[in-house]
Amino acid sequence: MWRYVVPLIVFATMSGFFVVGLQRNPNYIPSALIGKPIPQFSLPSLTDPSATVSTETLQGQVALVNVWGTWCIECRHEHAFLVELARAGLPIYGLNAKDDRGAALDWLAALGNPYVSSGFDPEGVAIIDWGVTAAPETFLVGRDGTILHKHISPMTPQVWQRDFLPLIKEQCGASGCTFLAAVGGQ
Amino acid sequence: MIRAAAMTLLWLAASSPSWAIDKEVAFDDPVLNARYVALVREIRCPKCLNESIADSDAPVAADLRREVRRLIGEGASDEDVKNFLSARYGEFILYRPRLNQTTWALWAGPFVFLLIGAIVFWRILQTRRTQPIDEDAIS
Amino acid sequence: MIPELGQFALALALCLALIQATLPLLGAARGRADWMALARPAAAGQFVFVAIAFGVLEYGFLTDDFSIEFVALHSNSALPAFYKFTAAWGGHEGSMLFWIAILAIWTMAVAAFSRSQPDEFVSRVLGVLGIVSAGIIAFALLTSNPFVRLTPAAFDGNDLNPLLQDPGMIFHPPMLYLGYVGMSVPFAFAVAALLTGRLDKNWAKWTRPWTVAAWVFLTIGITLGSWWAYYELGWGGWWFWDPVENSSFMPWLMATALLHSLAVTERRGIFKSWTVLLAIGAFSLSLLGTFLTRSGVIISVHAFASDPTRGLFILAILGLICGGALLLYAMRARYLEAEGGFKLVSREAFLMANNILFVIATGAVLWGTLNPLIIDALGLGKISVGVPWFNIMFLLPMLPLATLLGVGMHTAWKQMAAEPLLHRLRWPAAIAVVAGIALPLAIFGTTSVLTAVAVTIGIWVCASAALDPVRKLISRTGGPLTRAQLGMCLAHFGVGVFILGATVASAYNLEFDTSARPGDRIQAGGYEFVFRGLRTANGANFVADEGEFELRKGDDLIAVLTPQKRVYRVQQTPMTEAAINTNLARDIFVALGEPLGDNAWSLRIQVKPLIGFLWLGSALMALGGLLAVTDRRYRLIRQEQAATNAAAQQTIGAA
Repeated sequence: MWRYVVPLIVFATMSGFFVVGLQRNPNYIPSALIGKPIPQFSLPSLTDPSATVSTETLQGQVALVNVWGTWCIECRHEHAFLVELARAGLPIYGLNAKDDRGAALDWLAALGNPYVSSGFDPEGVAIIDWGVTAAPETFLVGRDGTILHKHISPMTPQVWQRDFLPLIKEQCGASGCTFLAAVGGQ
Repeated sequence: MIRAAAMTLLWLAASSPSWAIDKEVAFDDPVLNARYVALVREIRCPKCLNESIADSDAPVAADLRREVRRLIGEGASDEDVKNFLSARYGEFILYRPRLNQTTWALWAGPFVFLLIGAIVFWRILQTRRTQPIDEDAIS
Repeated sequence: MIPELGQFALALALCLALIQATLPLLGAARGRADWMALARPAAAGQFVFVAIAFGVLEYGFLTDDFSIEFVALHSNSALPAFYKFTAAWGGHEGSMLFWIAILAIWTMAVAAFSRSQPDEFVSRVLGVLGIVSAGIIAFALLTSNPFVRLTPAAFDGNDLNPLLQDPGMIFHPPMLYLGYVGMSVPFAFAVAALLTGRLDKNWAKWTRPWTVAAWVFLTIGITLGSWWAYYELGWGGWWFWDPVENSSFMPWLMATALLHSLAVTERRGIFKSWTVLLAIGAFSLSLLGTFLTRSGVIISVHAFASDPTRGLFILAILGLICGGALLLYAMRARYLEAEGGFKLVSREAFLMANNILFVIATGAVLWGTLNPLIIDALGLGKISVGVPWFNIMFLLPMLPLATLLGVGMHTAWKQMAAEPLLHRLRWPAAIAVVAGIALPLAIFGTTSVLTAVAVTIGIWVCASAALDPVRKLISRTGGPLTRAQLGMCLAHFGVGVFILGATVASAYNLEFDTSARPGDRIQAGGYEFVFRGLRTANGANFVADEGEFELRKGDDLIAVLTPQKRVYRVQQTPMTEAAINTNLARDIFVALGEPLGDNAWSLRIQVKPLIGFLWLGSALMALGGLLAVTDRRYRLIRQEQAATNAAAQQTIGAA
């Protein structure tokens, strides 16, 4: 009778899911903010405490938002590439998280400052609103004030080409972006 | 100067695993405290290998515990806290999955198993109670 | 040179396993006695070479041979000697070799203790075990070789993970592996029975002690793991429904169902297809656990380093062994069924409910464990299924099961009138209901519906299990209880004790974080904690800050607790060693957090009532199983069957 086949069918179905599961990465958790508006935040600027870096600062442009700190060893690995991108004209804003102002300023002075400005978040309050779990993390924000993409771990040319450029080209579209050619998006 | 030193201490603590143990009891009010303790056990540390923010040493776990304390202190309900966190980190952060389109099968499953089990029991009993009871099966 | 010998020995073991896997099975199918006779020698040879391979790995650890990559990754010259020994199973490759070694031990045991069984059957059993061995050894050699060399050799090793540098490491993995690898034995018996096409009461009589033995090891193994996590991790939890924990628990659930189903098959010759399915299921879940923890499809702090290639290999083995067995089951199980009636109020009915409820519980745990993977595979996002879900869904079948347990123990076979049964149970029931509601209220001052129900059920199970032994003690009529009967009562009593421990420890747990300076006094749960101060302590491979706390109740000094915050020198990882004061009534737990400046430290204090009942209950369950498996009747069975066998051989010889 058919009931004796049920265990085999259950097992086969389970195995099918395992084969698919082996190709997925359970540790990769996509951001919950993709497609949502930039979170409401307002932080004093790292370099000039009287200025602010806030949601308004990011509106109406295609830009990167990069979470960093001097305690973050991996951030050093991506820093040179970020400086390169900034030189090519891409606007990059920083979120300096859980750091010491003096140490952060020294770091930028020594390694270069790719940021238009960096928000100073010593308590790590604003980064919670961005859904940040660690550093480095880099967000791509679009003209319409929404978050287009999030990348965890250091930015590399490969990641830039594969994940960020296509979205940036889409955003820049007809009106074009001044930096597009320089960063490799012909 | 002292503030800078304290700041240094804090970020040093953040750079190596800080501890899952908080400095003090979260709330003097036992009702609020009980809610806090229960909630932080149900929230997953988004960066860890399957730990709650109550048990994890990761800096982000300490930050999230602080946020939960802040929200409860401001009068948020448990549901509000969960909405706040899942808006930022996804449903992944909740150890008690919320009932929705994705999870209805998860929640219904065991009840369905029970129903099937009851039916199976009934049918087996129906078959067996009509079978000869005095002779033992030989093999 | 020597590590290569280990690899060579393993390769030879594979060859012998392949012989063991093929010729005896073919021999049994074709009636070739010479091929069947190869089973035992092949198994013995495989055992010898596996032992050599494992011995070589241990030799590498004990002689600090850091030219072996696995040793360099998991050991260090400063590591104490017994941890060097246990480090062999402290990582994926070594633990797979350990898996293989344990399987070889069980295979040898089956080969040695099966002289009284017909050759056709034994060769099939050993053949199936050979298939499993061959698959796992091939997996180890091809994807997880522990003898890979590191050139140039490391100057010193990376040290064993500090979390594993604990006595628990010496016992938990061996017990656990003996348990769930041991499930391969009833599995092999079941498949052999399906191949033979015959399954009788003798089969059940013979399978049962093997199942109980493996079950006892598994019970001890899981308990040790839980206890170890409790005192080692510092947060006082003992079960997290982590996927790796579930991987060991599901085989246990199925094995418990199996040993009960075997009782019915042995007694009445029915439930045969259930028993076979449970036997296949228990070992399949063991293999599934091996897959889940080593393939990277689930997230867990206990999981070994993930590698999808390895995962695919294990999945293939799982498919072959488990899928093959289930296919055989689908084709042949229907021919096993036999007639045998029973009514609603009968032990068979209760044990059928037992089977069903255990399968439901296993299914629920499996469903919760795999759901995140299924949801992700379907592209529906990422979810987490944690303690809140599992606690609800596990209690759903288990609380009714525990209630039925109390009744089923006293129900007669085939049929029984309800009235005498209820009459018999009136005292346990009354005690349970009254005590279940009154005691928690009296001791702790509050209770909830769930707590009252669970405590009542716990006391009910204890009282019901103790009923027969107590009555025998009082009335002194009839013979003494046999070991098997006593074992059953003890194990079920242990279940009740466990339920009480789990309920009370969860419901009345007192836990809070605070900070203290030397001289501070903290009041909690009727106790006073006096922080005397901090000093530095040195271990073989760590340095620690050690706090000193006086534990007082009223004016009495109960104990001095010394929690430590250790830093292991090589890996520079901080580790907490909580200080625990234990007695059967409660555990008191103090763990150090971190220095807060100005001599202050953060701490976590816990008072956990009745948590000792968890370990006591589990120990009683294991002890009950041990008693049952050493019952006199097994010796009698062996003598009986040896005689039957000898007579059969004589008849064949005469013909």
